[in-house]
This record gives sequence, structure tokens and C-alpha cells, in this order.
Amino acid sequence: MLAAPPAADLALPVEPAEAVESVTLAGWLSDGVGLDGFWALAVAAAVHAFVLLNLFGVLPAVFIWVERKWSARLQDRLGPTRVGGRFGWLQALADGLKLIQKEDLVPDAADGLLFRASLYVPAISVLMAFTLLPFNDRWVAVASDCGLFLILAVLSLEVVGVVLGGYTSGSKWSLLGGMREAAQMVSYEIPLALTALVPVIAAGSLSLREIGVFQAGWMFPNWLVFANPFCAAAFLCYFTVAIAECKRAPFDLAEAESELVAGYFTEYASFRWSMFMLAEYASMFVVSLIATLLFLGGWWTGIAPLDAALTGLNDWRPDVGVEGFGVGGYLANVLFAGVVCLKASLLVTVQVWVRWSLPRLRIDQVMATCLKYLTPIACVLLLGATLWPLGLLATLGRPTVFGSTFSASPSPLGGAIVEQDSALPNGDGEAGEALR
Amino acid sequence: MTGADALFGVFAALACGGALGVAAFRSVARMAFSLVVCLSAVAGLFFLLNAPMVGATQLIVYVGGTVVLLIFGVMLTDAGVGRRMKIGLLETISMTFIAIGLAAALGWTAVGLGRAIPGAPVLDEEGVEIVAATPDTLRPIGLKFLGLGGESGVGFLLPFEIISVHLLVVLIGAAYLARAKRRVDATPETPPEATRETASDGLGEQA
Amino acid sequence: MTGYLIVSAVLLTCGVVCMASKRNAVGVLMGVELVLNAASVNFVAAAEFGPPAVPVQVATADAIGVGLDGQIAALFVIVLAAAEAAVALAIVLAFFNQHGTADVDAASELRG
Repeated sequence: MLAAPPAADLALPVEPAEAVESVTLAGWLSDGVGLDGFWALAVAAAVHAFVLLNLFGVLPAVFIWVERKWSARLQDRLGPTRVGGRFGWLQALADGLKLIQKEDLVPDAADGLLFRASLYVPAISVLMAFTLLPFNDRWVAVASDCGLFLILAVLSLEVVGVVLGGYTSGSKWSLLGGMREAAQMVSYEIPLALTALVPVIAAGSLSLREIGVFQAGWMFPNWLVFANPFCAAAFLCYFTVAIAECKRAPFDLAEAESELVAGYFTEYASFRWSMFMLAEYASMFVVSLIATLLFLGGWWTGIAPLDAALTGLNDWRPDVGVEGFGVGGYLANVLFAGVVCLKASLLVTVQVWVRWSLPRLRIDQVMATCLKYLTPIACVLLLGATLWPLGLLATLGRPTVFGSTFSASPSPLGGAIVEQDSALPNGDGEAGEALR
Repeated sequence: MTGADALFGVFAALACGGALGVAAFRSVARMAFSLVVCLSAVAGLFFLLNAPMVGATQLIVYVGGTVVLLIFGVMLTDAGVGRRMKIGLLETISMTFIAIGLAAALGWTAVGLGRAIPGAPVLDEEGVEIVAATPDTLRPIGLKFLGLGGESGVGFLLPFEIISVHLLVVLIGAAYLARAKRRVDATPETPPEATRETASDGLGEQA
Repeated sequence: MTGYLIVSAVLLTCGVVCMASKRNAVGVLMGVELVLNAASVNFVAAAEFGPPAVPVQVATADAIGVGLDGQIAALFVIVLAAAEAAVALAIVLAFFNQHGTADVDAASELRG
């Protein structure tokens, strides 16, 4: 069953040499502390959920501060300067406190139950996406075989909450915002999935972790964005679509304040409003992290000797009293996770930059961009990425331009048979995360 | 109790609760929300059954697509939030009887079947039970679709293609149905371009 | 296995009740979705627990249970349900534009 003992090792099938023996938190709780299986699993899951929940809660606060500072700079202002010292870095906390103190309003015309319930759907769906994201090759809550597909699936749940929230607010502005949102999100999901498939074809796996591992080594040409011209184009296409998927300007028609007051969350106030904001900023990070993992080398720094040095930390295992716990390996994981978060944060900053630089499109322009341009472009890119290795094979005699540093999509049959034996173990919920 | 049992309890309760909500609520918006809860919980059950691929498809196609389409339909056809359509007393009583009868029959069958197939443990040559340790069904499913690698050698390529063509026909048909109507009641004060595009686009894409 | 079958039975009952008792056409559609989901729960449960389709010789994932056939059937159910919803909703919209209501009882023009 899925909840069978948590994955004891998330060691890679492709790099057996690096498979240092590791211990999971659940394993340590049951062996070292003496809890029985179910409770060890439950406690470990709770700890991991707590960590992810904090990450999910803290990241938006950071990005809201970044957005305020950065947009102020773009407009030649100072932005927040007072709260928390010189740079106003506690501004997000102050905003949160202010929001909690506000009155909790539910309009008369609204359907009270749904109005209260639907705002949790976006937050939950983005939080679920966090459990599927690998932060380095061992830190992933659910290492699923079809990780990318799962992430896209849970992210697509977000729209349900937004549409229902807008519809049940009992306000015309909210209704219009919700309808725009429904049309826009459902349409943009198609190019999003298609462009995300382009690097998948190059890497030959849907598992985000395998795709990340695949990009080890020098930045050029190992990162998938450089794998072939279609991947590079797909990256730009994906990033555009991702901005639209997060409902950010210039595609934020669902909340266009010059037309619809605030769109679908017009009637929401206080903490309920901030749940929508939390989900929006967290989903900005999620799509950026997916872009990093798919195109920009995942957790690798892109400098081969540096990566080798960081990986080498795995061998530094001073005795700290916990059996199987390697300090060096833990340190390496933290550093790799830091690298991937840094890359994703840079992409978030670019999103902020785009938002404050470009004017908003009209709703029909948004739909036309998606259906008339982005979707056909994504189809062509997908086709091109499929044919590229075949064309190279016919002309150069190898599937990639730059020699044998990495192999393009393995033959489906051969790859499947090899991989099937050593397929990644899957944990249930947060339990699969290995604590090294 | 194992973790799997606990999770099964949670998901099963959510699924049944959502289904009951769909049947019991009178307001269409609330029914839609219950449907979302129910379908998501069913996706959770799929994950428990080692079918992450099916679960993800359920989420992306059903919850993220079909239900949004339904809500869209509710928005376009409903006069106001929470407007309810009453049903007669006679209908309610007869429905209750049908429901009880159906539930009893199905429940009896389910329990009987469950006894007959007690989750037959599959043993390997040394007599050790094979727990499906690998829920990685992605590649096997792909191979199955292509008819490669399976023992029987019979693939699902033909049904897959038929369904693809079927979906294309459905897409065009649905777009046509939704569109032709609009042309009929296009009054002199035609709706602005924007709204018309939104409506038909949302529909066409979904199919 | 029993648990999954019971969940599926509950879903199916609710779906049938919903189909029969709702007067809003979209509500009827939701009932159909529930019934289809009951079917796919059964399919996937059979894939996991059912008797093996082939004699077990190799310890691979698809030799367990009915194998992946059940999961593939469930995939087909999901895809066809999406198609069905799109067509049915287009009809409902057309009907709504004609009659100004989505009440199925109003669709009585063809009654003899």
C-alpha cells in the first residue's frame, strides 16, 4: 500500500555510486525513539507538514515585501521604510496584523457557507503543490513517478475556489471576475501543460526529481533550456503562460482594479482576503520553481566543480550520535535547496518586474493570445522537440548537438524496462521525505 | 490500524459526504462545491489504490476541467445565487424509497463481493506477499496503451484513437451547439465582443 | 476491497437520486458525474485487489490484480465524462437560450 514503510532511501537509480545510506525521520522515530510504525509515520508526517506549511506561509510574506520594494524602485519611490528598521522588512508582518484586526464581513447577498469555504481551495491546492516539489534530490515529500503531471493537476484546482468564491459573493463585480477567471485559467492550462512537456521529452521523465538530476554538470549545455532551440523557446512560452496562470499582470483580468473594483475577491475582507493573496504569491513561487526544475538546472549551480564539491559533502559524516545521520549530506541538501529557492526567487522578481512594467491587456486580447498564439506555438514546440533528436540522429548520428554529455529521450521500451526495476520508492504524504 | 486505513477513512468519508451533499443540497452552487469535494476525495482514493496517474487525471480533467465547466454552466443559466427549484412531496417520498432500495442492494452486493475477493494476496515464488511496492504506474500504463510490454500483447491503441476522434467531434459539436444559439438571439444591441468570446472559448476548450 | 465497493455504492446511489430528483439540468449532470465516478472507483479498486488477469510469474506491478486494465478503463471513463459534460452543457445552454430556464420539466414540447 501507499502508506507502507516510508522510502528508506531515495537514492537514485542513475547514480548508484552516490547512494549513501540515509535514515528517514520516521525510521529514526521507530528505531531510535521506539514509537510504533503508525505513530512514527504520523509524527514524521506532521513534522514535515509543519515545515512545508511554514515555508508556504513565510514565502508569500517575503515576496510581498520584495514586490513592494521592487515596484517602488521601478516607479522611483522608496517603498516601505519604517517598519522593522531601515528597509521596512517587517512590512508584510505589519500588513498581516492589520488584516487580522479588520472586521470579518460576509455580504447579505452571498451564500454564507460557500463564501466562507471556497477561499480555502486555492490555498490548499497550492500547499499540495509544495508537497510535490523537490528542493534537492532527497528533499521531496512525495516523489511520484508522474510528479509534474500531479503538480499541474493540483494547481488546476485553484480555479475552482476562485470561480466559486466570485460566484457566491453575490456581487456583479465578483461574478464577472469569476467568469473571466474560469475562461482564462481553463484556456491557459493547455499551453502550460504543452510547454512543460517539451523539457520532459528532452529528459525522458515526468518525475521532477529525475529531471533535476538529469541536468547535473556544466550549465551549458546540460540545463534543459539549452538542450535544443525548442526548449529555449518553450521556456519563454512557459514563463508567459505561468504569469497568466498566477493571474498576474498583464493577464490579471480577473482582478482588474480599473474595471472590476477587485474582481473575484471584491467582497472579501480581512483574513479571508489575505488567504487569496497567500495563494497567489505562493503559486508564483511554485510556477517559478517548476520553471527552475524543468529548464534552469534545478538545484545545481551550473558550475560543475562547485556542484561536485557540494555533492562531496555527502562523504563528511562526523559522529553526532544519531545513526545514519550525515552532517555533511544534510549541509549539502540545505545548500542545494538554497540554490533552487534562489533561482526561483529570481524568477518571481522577474514576474514582479513584468507586472509593474507592462499595461494590462483586454479580456478578449488575453483569450486571443492564448488560443490563437500560445496554444499553436506550444503545439509546434512540442512537435519540434519530438523531431529534433530524430533529425540529429539522422544527420549527425547522435541525438544531441553537444556530444555525449547527456542523452536525449531514451527509447521508450528500453528505458521503461530498465527503470521499472529500480523505480523510485514513493512515500505517502510527507512520509517519503528523507532526513539525511 | 495502518496509515493507509486511516487515510482511507478520511477520503471515504469526504467522498460520501460530498456525494450526499450533491444529492441533498437544493442550491446549485452548493451542489457544485460538494461535487468538488467528492471528486477530489475520489482522486485521493485513487492515490491510495496506487493509481497516481488516474488520480492526477481525475484532478486535472474532472475537478479542474469538467466541474469548472459545470460551474460555468450554472453561472450562465442560473438567475441568482441560491435560487432553488422546489420538488414535490410525492417525488421526495418516492426518491427516498428508491434511494434506500438501491443503497441496500448495492451495499449487500459490495459486502458479498468484498468477501469473495478478499484482496487476494499475491505471492511470489518464495511465498512472500508482493505488496505493490511501486506505485509508479506511469510507464506501464504508457506501454499498455501502445500494446508493448504487456503479457497479453493487446494494447489500447485503437480505443485510444477512437476516443481521440470522438473528443474532436465532441469539441466541434459542443462549440457549434453553443455558438448557433447565440446567432439566433443576436439582437440589434449585440453583446460586446469580449463577453461572447469568453463564453464560447471557455466551452470549446473544455471539450 | 469492501470499503471501496461501499464508497462506490454510496456514490452511485447519490448520483441516481440526484439525477432523478433535481429539476435543474446542471444538477442532473452532476448526478451523472457521480455515477461515472462510482464506476471508476470500482475499476481502480479491481485493478488493485481483483484476481490477477495473468498467472503471476514475474513480480511486476502490472501482474498484480486485474492489472492496469482497470486503471486504463478508469482513464477512459474520466475522458468520456469530460466529453459528455461538454455536449450536455452545450445542449443545456441552447435550451436555456430558447426557454429562459434550465428546468428539465420545461422540456415538454415533444410530449405527445
